[in-house]
Amino acid sequence: MRRIGIDVGGTNTDAVLLDGTHVVHAVKTPTTADVTSGITTALRDLLAAAGPSGPVDAVMIGTTHFTNAVVQRRDLTLVAAVRIGLPASASLPPFVDWPEDLADLVRGEVVMLEGGHEYDGRPIVPLDETGMRDAARRIRAAGITSVAIASVFSPLNAECETRAAAILRQECPDAAVTLSHELGRIGLLERENATLLNAALVGLARRTTQAFTEALRASGLAAPLYLTQNDGTVMLAATAEAFPVYSFASGPTNSMRGAAFLSGLSDAIVIDVGGTTTDIGSLRHGFPREANNVVEVGGVRTLFRMPDLLSIGLGGGSLVADDGHRVGPRSVGYRLVEEGRVFGGATLTATDVAVAAGLIDLGDRGRVADLSGGLVKTALARMHASIEEGVDRMKTDAREEPLIAVGGGCFLVPELLAGVSEIVHVRHQAVANAVGAAIAQVSGEIDQIFQNLSREGAIAEARRLAEDRAVAGGADAATLQVVEVEDLPLAYLPGNSLRVRVRVVGDIRDGGQPDAAGDRR
Amino acid sequence: MASPRPVSADEIESLAIGAWILGTGGGGSPYLALLNMRRLYREGTVVSLMDPMDLADDDDVAVVSNMGAPLVGQERLTDPHTIARAVTMMEEYLGRPFRAIMSLEIGGGNAIQPFMAAALLNRPVVDGDCMGRAFPEAQMTSFAIHDLQMYPLTLVDVRDNAVVVARAASWKWMERLSRTACVAVGSIAGTCKAPRTGKEIKECAILYSTSKAIRIGQTVQAARRAHRDPIEALIEAENGRLLFTGKIADVARRATEGFLRGTAKLDGLGAFRGQRFELAFQNEFAVGWLDGVPTVTTPDLICVLDTVSGDAIGTETLRYGQRATVIALPAPPILLTPKGLTHVGPRAFGYDLEFTSVFA
Repeated sequence: MRRIGIDVGGTNTDAVLLDGTHVVHAVKTPTTADVTSGITTALRDLLAAAGPSGPVDAVMIGTTHFTNAVVQRRDLTLVAAVRIGLPASASLPPFVDWPEDLADLVRGEVVMLEGGHEYDGRPIVPLDETGMRDAARRIRAAGITSVAIASVFSPLNAECETRAAAILRQECPDAAVTLSHELGRIGLLERENATLLNAALVGLARRTTQAFTEALRASGLAAPLYLTQNDGTVMLAATAEAFPVYSFASGPTNSMRGAAFLSGLSDAIVIDVGGTTTDIGSLRHGFPREANNVVEVGGVRTLFRMPDLLSIGLGGGSLVADDGHRVGPRSVGYRLVEEGRVFGGATLTATDVAVAAGLIDLGDRGRVADLSGGLVKTALARMHASIEEGVDRMKTDAREEPLIAVGGGCFLVPELLAGVSEIVHVRHQAVANAVGAAIAQVSGEIDQIFQNLSREGAIAEARRLAEDRAVAGGADAATLQVVEVEDLPLAYLPGNSLRVRVRVVGDIRDGGQPDAAGDRR
Repeated sequence: MASPRPVSADEIESLAIGAWILGTGGGGSPYLALLNMRRLYREGTVVSLMDPMDLADDDDVAVVSNMGAPLVGQERLTDPHTIARAVTMMEEYLGRPFRAIMSLEIGGGNAIQPFMAAALLNRPVVDGDCMGRAFPEAQMTSFAIHDLQMYPLTLVDVRDNAVVVARAASWKWMERLSRTACVAVGSIAGTCKAPRTGKEIKECAILYSTSKAIRIGQTVQAARRAHRDPIEALIEAENGRLLFTGKIADVARRATEGFLRGTAKLDGLGAFRGQRFELAFQNEFAVGWLDGVPTVTTPDLICVLDTVSGDAIGTETLRYGQRATVIALPAPPILLTPKGLTHVGPRAFGYDLEFTSVFA
């Protein structure tokens, strides 16, 4: 089957056309401010170079947009946090374990209300509906457009969240609402954090997915559009619009899976240098090493299952300041080709330093001839030190390991690094992200309460439902594998209740058209 | 060192890591208690730690714990006011103030509960506890093994509910009465156990276990910084024993009578490939079987740790696919006496097994 994988980074938009496991063609173009025209350009170049060779079965887009927004504290929507559960949990309010700078940007209103449930389904105290209505009016008066609602034990009983959302919609009909039970599991703070981040990203998500859809339409492609998720699988664009947090870290996952695919190595450190950030991860048996339980995104604890990654604010577009003593974390991003010195701009970036040092030949080298040798040396040493420190932090073994360098900015990786046996460069390395997106699979997940079934019976039933969803989402039934099983007994509910979560993953079916009902993960 | 001495914010961080390891899967993750302490320290609070030997024989000491199911604690987040209110309720009941506050169990979040109460009530924390680890029931303490009086007890929830158990006919009755009240308020409550005199603490408590938990945390942190294996460092520093390294293949849990009971199976990796380890838990890990043969039982500390980071894995956070290492740490000697074993040996958890320490 033929698939197109696209990676929209902060700086470059990469696209590859894969026929089975063969890379037919790859292109790299600058990301544009409107995103759409960059994708359109990439698709046009790709389709033109590949020639007329049959239809495309699926298009997968991976993007670091949402992660970057959190890491860089940009394009975030001000959020009203509604916590339902008082008098419980009062000393640890929403945002309690957030980095201050991020909390300052996202925290609009914080509302804590009486309500929530006990573990056995009884209310803690009744929901304070009057308080919710008052809060909704304050939220409207404050002009806040996105609201995150988290209630104690909502994964077991979502009544308080749905009731609060109904009241909110009466007062603020246009507000976007994220409910914690739709995103998370048991663990109030982490579930609430994910809900808050999602609410902070809904505006960006709407603009971004619409732009992607338009770009596909403009290129004349009729294939279904998927966005990649943090676990290396894909979801339909409509789902991504409502739940942007699912795509967190999908870029790095794609890049690592792409690096494994392209290098044939299954155990290595992978460093992906983009325009704005560098992600460092560890490849074990061809898959990214997963972080255990709690994962931080931009310093915020969540419960997503994601690759264990270290993200540092260094990339080809990183700003160089203080005579080279400071590199990043601010970056010109996609504006590198206009603002970078070698491209005729006035901003000194990491790429300009690399060109001046002869690490790569890009743009007009003459435009960086005036840089002092001291500045170049200092900035290179600064970058070397931060990459070396990052690699060191991600290593869990003192022995030397190979390192696969990928990404558009991988020329910034020094030839020699402490603790690294060799630096491996691969063909198509600059588009490893897009390759990883193109090989992404489809998942199906079920998370619900089963009654009057044995544990084995409930898990089998959940598995069957999850497989149905995966197949409906475009998966080949013959390739489905169970990747996660979790069951949680619920005491003191009638009929031997068990909450079961099962996730299955499989390859995209040849010519598989997804069914709209099947995309929910 | 002078006593009481101030405890630094860094030591509280280390305490959280060490206490979670000593929790042997239970006691609840200390993270939320740690968050409360970070907030309190940011506001300028400093809690001090007192050498138990500096207690006068007739000093009164409050023994506190947050009681309930760890799973509930992940949703109904611990609050210093709850535990402080359990202490002040006991003071009101007794009609006299406490000199200091001590933890019931050093394993898990309860290691930090006395610090939370101490921060609000401006009292020192006594360096010690009465379990040296975590255990699920009230009679599983060094005080019970020494036949100390088990009442009165105060229990408070986040609403305006408070219970005083004025008397109980036995430790089992105290457990039954307080557990019933705890389940009734949602399986989470702050409790102040029977008050202890300085003399009782000095003679019957597990001394210096707070310092031990801080030290274990520091060992793990230092190994991580040096890229050494934190589990190896821990085994070396605390005379522990490696039992198994593998991947979690199955977890079954059920919630009954306020406890989280269940089993976990691990498939071996590395030197243990081809072997299987099975764990049974009742809030804490109680028994471990290697290929069907019981190899470790309570009261030896059975600690399940993330193979890479050395962080403890709780019975409620066990998950399919995790890479985990099982180690044993030595139990306090009082728990290994014939009397101690009737309270905390395998038969106390319903396993018809003879206790043989892996350290014997």
